[in-house]
Amino acid sequence: MDKIVCACGNVNPAGTALCESCGRPLNEETKEKKIVDMRYEGSARRSQTYNKTIIDKVWNFFSSVKVGMWIIVSILVAAAIGTILPQVFYVPATNESDIAAYYERIYGWFGTLYYELGLSDLYSSWWFQGLVGMLGISLVIASLDRVIPLYKSLKKQKTKRHISFLKRQRVYGIGKAEVTEDSLLKAEEKLKSLKYNVKREGNAILAERGRFSRWGPYVNHLGLIIFLFGVMLRALPGFYVDETMWLREGETLYVPGTNGYFLESKGFIYETYSKEESNEVFGDAIDRVGTIAKNYQTDVALYKGPENSVAGHAEDLTFEKNASIQVNKPIKFDNFSVFQMDFRLDELAKMKFQLQDKQTQQSFGEFTIDLANPQPLYELNEGYKVEVLDYYADFTGFEEGVPQSQSPLPNNPAFLIKMYSPEFPKGETSFVMIKETVEPLGENKHKIAFQSVETRDVSGLTVRKDLTLPLLALGGLIFMIGVAQGSYWNHRRIWIQLLEDGQTVVAAHTNKNWLSVKRDLDEVSKIAHLPEYLDQDDLDSLDEKVDKEEGV
Amino acid sequence: MDMASLSSNLLFIAFVAYLVATFLFGGAVKSSNAQSTKSFDRWGKLAITVTIIGFIANLGYFITRWVAAGHAPVSNLFEFTTAFGMMIVGAFILIYYIYKAPALGLFALPIAVLIIAYASMFPKEISPLIPALKSYWLTIHVITAAMGEAILAISAVAGLIYLLKNIDLTKKTKERFWIEAVMYVLFIVVGFVVSTVSFSVANYSAEYTYISKDETQHTIEYTMPALFGMNESVAITDNAFEPLVEMPPLVNAKKLTSVVWSILFGTVIYLLLRLILRKRISSILQPLTKKSNSQLMDEIGYRAVLIGFPVFTLGALIFAMIWAHEAWSRFWGWDPKEVWALITWLFYAVFLHLRLTKGWHGKKSAWLAVIGFIIIMFNLIAVNLIIAGLHSYA
Ligand code: HEM
Repeated sequence: MDKIVCACGNVNPAGTALCESCGRPLNEETKEKKIVDMRYEGSARRSQTYNKTIIDKVWNFFSSVKVGMWIIVSILVAAAIGTILPQVFYVPATNESDIAAYYERIYGWFGTLYYELGLSDLYSSWWFQGLVGMLGISLVIASLDRVIPLYKSLKKQKTKRHISFLKRQRVYGIGKAEVTEDSLLKAEEKLKSLKYNVKREGNAILAERGRFSRWGPYVNHLGLIIFLFGVMLRALPGFYVDETMWLREGETLYVPGTNGYFLESKGFIYETYSKEESNEVFGDAIDRVGTIAKNYQTDVALYKGPENSVAGHAEDLTFEKNASIQVNKPIKFDNFSVFQMDFRLDELAKMKFQLQDKQTQQSFGEFTIDLANPQPLYELNEGYKVEVLDYYADFTGFEEGVPQSQSPLPNNPAFLIKMYSPEFPKGETSFVMIKETVEPLGENKHKIAFQSVETRDVSGLTVRKDLTLPLLALGGLIFMIGVAQGSYWNHRRIWIQLLEDGQTVVAAHTNKNWLSVKRDLDEVSKIAHLPEYLDQDDLDSLDEKVDKEEGV
Repeated sequence: MDMASLSSNLLFIAFVAYLVATFLFGGAVKSSNAQSTKSFDRWGKLAITVTIIGFIANLGYFITRWVAAGHAPVSNLFEFTTAFGMMIVGAFILIYYIYKAPALGLFALPIAVLIIAYASMFPKEISPLIPALKSYWLTIHVITAAMGEAILAISAVAGLIYLLKNIDLTKKTKERFWIEAVMYVLFIVVGFVVSTVSFSVANYSAEYTYISKDETQHTIEYTMPALFGMNESVAITDNAFEPLVEMPPLVNAKKLTSVVWSILFGTVIYLLLRLILRKRISSILQPLTKKSNSQLMDEIGYRAVLIGFPVFTLGALIFAMIWAHEAWSRFWGWDPKEVWALITWLFYAVFLHLRLTKGWHGKKSAWLAVIGFIIIMFNLIAVNLIIAGLHSYA
């Protein structure tokens, strides 16, 4: 397309609506408008100029604010739908069929529908992420489409603008006021004291302030783009680790996802507020609610193994540090943080038994089974020993005579045991549970008598590494700078010109906050006796003016 | 007097001051025209002075409660909602000093009063912090987020004034219907307060047992006659009101009961007023807005969003993410409260774009501002009551 040459001689890019230099309207449509659209200074934007190729069409689609807003509204509505029922990651089930059953059981047909439509895992669905991706593309294209022409025309603008430009400003006034060179000087002075940048060209003044605020939206969009980019990065291997571990008191475990770190739990602490020790103001609350948790804490020691050491090989560890992990106070090392997330109190750790004569209850020795690590054989008094044939950590009952364990957690330990004694060198078989004993192969003479247990607490810890955080933080920071720049400052311009026929013109424009620019103009008018102006958009004031003139 | 009771007395003083100031702003609005600027000045000055006194008392409440508890009083529903009401007044004072529009006070203060009254219906005792809340980020995040929401709320107040002034209430239009609907919703909040207070004055209490969704038995105390019963509920208290309808285990029938009582009370009050005054509520309020400048209200509506949006972003998203990363190990977890903060943010972003680039001024912009406030209140009330997430306060 052709470039447009304005009457003032400036050559404008095709598609320009207002001459970049003098401001004359360059097409019929603009000429017909009472108030000119100043959003991008009437500059030529790619999206408004070309619409031929596929690329043009895609560009135009994404640069449209209308499209952008539909994208945002879709994300907004989808996000809201995702809060109707809990998402899968808040549901106490891990495999697909359990999850489906959960939604059905708790929420009935609606739950099933929600699950079947994939709304239960909405935020990781391809279409939701696709929408967010489109938002990102839209941000990039819409910003590029506008910022470059805007920058050019703001840079090129002349102090002296054509009357056809000035009279199409929202704030505009013309009149035969007593304006002389002297009052122009006064106006300049006043505008400077109002922190305007004042330019003078013959009989024309252009006062401008806060132009940098025009870049605010572009800076904040850049921040958002960086943020979204950071979020995308975590899909790459190595940037993001999210693991959980259950650590028992006294245990030393490999920290999953790390390169050779180990944690030892020295103890888990669970505290509640008590009425006596706490500040008495809390008394009422404790009375009403019952117990209120005060602290969840795991005291740990951190070790580093040799490079590439893995789970299960807790040898050659070097001590790094002791720490107390509390909620809100993770332990941090080498880009990793380990968080206190969950706990189980009083898990069975060790069980102590006695081998006894069933009748006389005479003891032939004691043994302790470490439930995390049961030994196959326990030697007792001379000639007596106990063999553990099988161990069922979480015993739930017999199915067709076979004992069942539903998990490796020692919630309800049971043992298949052989008791050897001088009378029975081949052993007697016994099935030992917490409260009772079964004798599957007939009446025994001896029995295993339960003595005592030791328990320990288990800490649920989350291991996290997130190398994208600095990028996200940067994006957030840039966004905040941009949004403050665009919101707390605004771009104001005031034009004053002495025309050849002796009339004076004033006009003003701001991208927001019209009251302030009018106040500025009032102050200048008072000193320089400028003609009265009209806000061509303020209907109430226009009415009032008409009322006054008509003498109502 | 100990700190805690000093604190509640200060809150009461603030509450009364806001009520008085509302009427004073009413006086200022009535006399605000060119002829009687003197009398306007007098009313206006008095009104803002009383407002500021109330605000200082309110701050006093906040500080003394902070001292008494040893942590910022934003840790449960009562505390947070009260702080929000206080900040609405603070935001109003800020905007008043920029724009000097008394009509704003006439509408902002009753809303703050209503919010504080609503807050006071929840358990008010000072409670210690549970581990998840023990962080200075609680203070920073919640206070900044509430400040942002309060400033955004002023935009809705300006929008409401704009709409009341500019909607033609003599013609049967959609707008006329919806503006009255907004009024009606305010009456439901009044209904909540009146019903809660009435039943508590009458000392109503009844205990029931019920079977929860994990099939265990619990007891629950109703402080309002049970319109809806919990799953398989059986009264323990003698002469307890027999629930009209029993709900499945999924529904918290106690909350539902209180919602329905609020609607009943609110509707009765609303209908009574309309019968007595023989006018729509919006028609009663309209004359109070006649002297406001539409363009000024439009401008305030936009300006409040411009001032509030960055504060809200900082408090409700950025600080929230930092804290979530410290407390829950991830900066974002799609928890309902988080999601609704995001929705609020996206909504105001759309507002700004439509206004700046699509020229949505006047009524459209005013409606958006009112809807924005509804979203904020939804996040405050409904998400807390209905959708229980990590955030839901006791
Ligand atoms: C969540 C996403 C977004 C946020 C938070 C955001 C934020 C903002 C803000 C705060 C402004 C300044 C508004 C004002 O000062 O009144 C702005 C302006 C703007 N935004 Fe966005 N934006 C987002 C997405 C988009 C998208 C998707 C598009 C593209 C279609 C877009 C296009 C624009 C345009 C064209 C402007 C005006 C620029 C100017 O006047 O020079 N924004 N944005």
